[in-house]
Amino acid sequence: MASMEKDSVSGQYTTGHEWDGIRELNTPLPKWWVYVFWATVIWSIAYWVAMPAWPTINDYSRGVLGYASRNELESDIKAQKQARSKFEAKIAAISVDDVVKDKDLRNFAMTGGKVLFNDNCAPCHGTGGVGAPGAYPNLADDEWIWGGELADLKQTISFGVRNTNENSRQSEMPKFGADGLLTAEQINQVADYVVALSSKGSTAGLPGEAIFAEQCVVCHQDGGVGSKDVGSPALNNNIWLFKGSKEQVKQVVINQVTNPQHGSMPAWSERLDETSIKMLTVYVHSLGGGK
Amino acid sequence: MSIFKHHAKLETNVFFLAVGILLSVIVGGLVEVVPLFTIESTIEKVDGVRPYSPLEQKGRDIYVREGCYLCHSQMVRPFKDEVERYGHYSLAAESKYDHPFQWGSKRTGPDLARVGGKYTNDWHVRHLINPRDVVPESVMPGYPHLKRELDYSTIDADMKALRVVGVPYTDEQIANAKKDLVEQATSDDASAAVAGRYPKARMGSADANPKVTELDAMVAYLQVLGTMVDFTTVKPEKIAR
Ligand code: HEC
Ligand code: HEC
Ligand code: HEC
Repeated sequence: MASMEKDSVSGQYTTGHEWDGIRELNTPLPKWWVYVFWATVIWSIAYWVAMPAWPTINDYSRGVLGYASRNELESDIKAQKQARSKFEAKIAAISVDDVVKDKDLRNFAMTGGKVLFNDNCAPCHGTGGVGAPGAYPNLADDEWIWGGELADLKQTISFGVRNTNENSRQSEMPKFGADGLLTAEQINQVADYVVALSSKGSTAGLPGEAIFAEQCVVCHQDGGVGSKDVGSPALNNNIWLFKGSKEQVKQVVINQVTNPQHGSMPAWSERLDETSIKMLTVYVHSLGGGK
Repeated sequence: MSIFKHHAKLETNVFFLAVGILLSVIVGGLVEVVPLFTIESTIEKVDGVRPYSPLEQKGRDIYVREGCYLCHSQMVRPFKDEVERYGHYSLAAESKYDHPFQWGSKRTGPDLARVGGKYTNDWHVRHLINPRDVVPESVMPGYPHLKRELDYSTIDADMKALRVVGVPYTDEQIANAKKDLVEQATSDDASAAVAGRYPKARMGSADANPKVTELDAMVAYLQVLGTMVDFTTVKPEKIAR
């Protein structure tokens, strides 16, 4: 190996390496670069000591600061609870009726309820609760299957409809057609009657009237006003749960009487806490149809 | 600093250079890999996590086949905003039977780690066939081809293969795989044998088709995601890790 020597042309030292007679000038790294480099090395050593860093055989080094992202989350959540407690603690303590009466609490619940609604409910009930024709009910009108009072809404949201929760709202319309309770002719007649009822047309002399009185009134009530106790929708208006945008009303009734569809909604108390459900109740109630 | 002077020996000799490279790669590899085989603290000890039922496992295969992971993660990170939106942060234990795990890194759509139970089967079916039927502003593609019948001819072999990489399927589970799969996709009976072998399995057909379809499998899988651990009783902060 050649030794370091001065290059006669540039006057600079060479590295001392020589390959086939070619030698390399020794141009050291700038000082500032070297300092930064050593600073990062020192930083990394300090980091290993302070923070969790090294795996060991069946554990890891915890670091003297004892940092863990899950602990940080816990304190973040605590801080947030603290910040919101001014409102949330009150909402938790009083009934929804009282929340609505207090202007500040109501505003807070509306804001929180809207966010919760968009995350959890809008995929079915649509943004702003406009519903999906033929599948999910509109929550922004004043027509309610299970009731539009605050208490009704809270019950529906907490325990849902036709799910496995023991407090879920339950009811089932009989399969009049599929189980042979009514003939095709009778179904046709009762459908004509329901169409007339819903369009506020004349029902006088329709043969379906007697069938309706005998078979349907138990649930859908006299005049088809519906009952929130069994979740049987009103049939005396033109709001349809199971009517897609292109279907004829009569066909919807025939389908439902022949082999009924039943809507189902999850129980939100299984996912959300009580305060969130109260906020949602206030929000849904405000959408247009709260009673 | 005289030892630095000798590095020319290392750099100019192919043999020493190769040995040097090998040594440094080995050190890096050992430090990263070895602890994972023995480390006890990575996977939390929680109750409830079980291998997927045969139907869910098929659904998971379809999830991978269709590339759902390209738009959906399955990892609620321990951040305040995520926990507030999706629910409890994901535990390592919850994906210990996933080969490979579906944590993902891209969220065009929402995280799916806790989507189980959030919607009804009916919603999932409508949404998978055409997302815009239920969410008008959605950019997710439709998957109407999932209406086709499910091919589950290899499910028992799949489960055997998974057992080789550490999923503790029992002989009984493998022997009953096809029967369990059909039962879960067709029976609403919560006391069926498959529900005993795989607690919390979502029973029943998801779509209107009485045959076992790919939709049935996909929905059974989506409905179990994030539901196995009961966070009302399990407190991971308290679990020694
Ligand atoms: C998986 C779809 C789905 C989701 C998500 C959903 N719902 Fe529903 N919801 C339904 C269906 C279906 C019905 C109608 C049930 C029936 O047919 O009686 C319903 C009914 C309701 C009703 C009663 C309507 C009435 O006319 O009485 C309210 C109130 C309601 N939902 C609120 C909510 C809120 C608040 C959320 C979010 C926390 C939510 N829903 C999320 C599907 C859903
Ligand atoms: C045991 C109670 C019960 C009886 C009896 C009953 N229904 Fe129903 N009906 C319901 C319920 C509950 C629903 C709502 C299902 C849902 O919300 O998912 C419903 C829904 C309907 C709908 C769909 C409404 C809509 O908005 O789309 C029609 C139409 C209907 N019933 C007509 C009839 C007719 C006609 C009869 C008599 C032949 C009848 N029902 C008898 C309980 C009943
Ligand atoms: C191009 C990206 C993209 C792909 C690929 C994709 N999704 Fe989505 N997904 C979305 C978006 C965006 C949303 C939110 C809007 C909506 O609900 O449709 C979403 C929503 C969802 C939701 C509802 C989540 C929630 O909590 O509201 C589910 C479940 C879902 N996707 C499942 C799937 C499955 C299963 C696949 C594969 C078959 C898939 N997605 C493929 C983009 C995608």
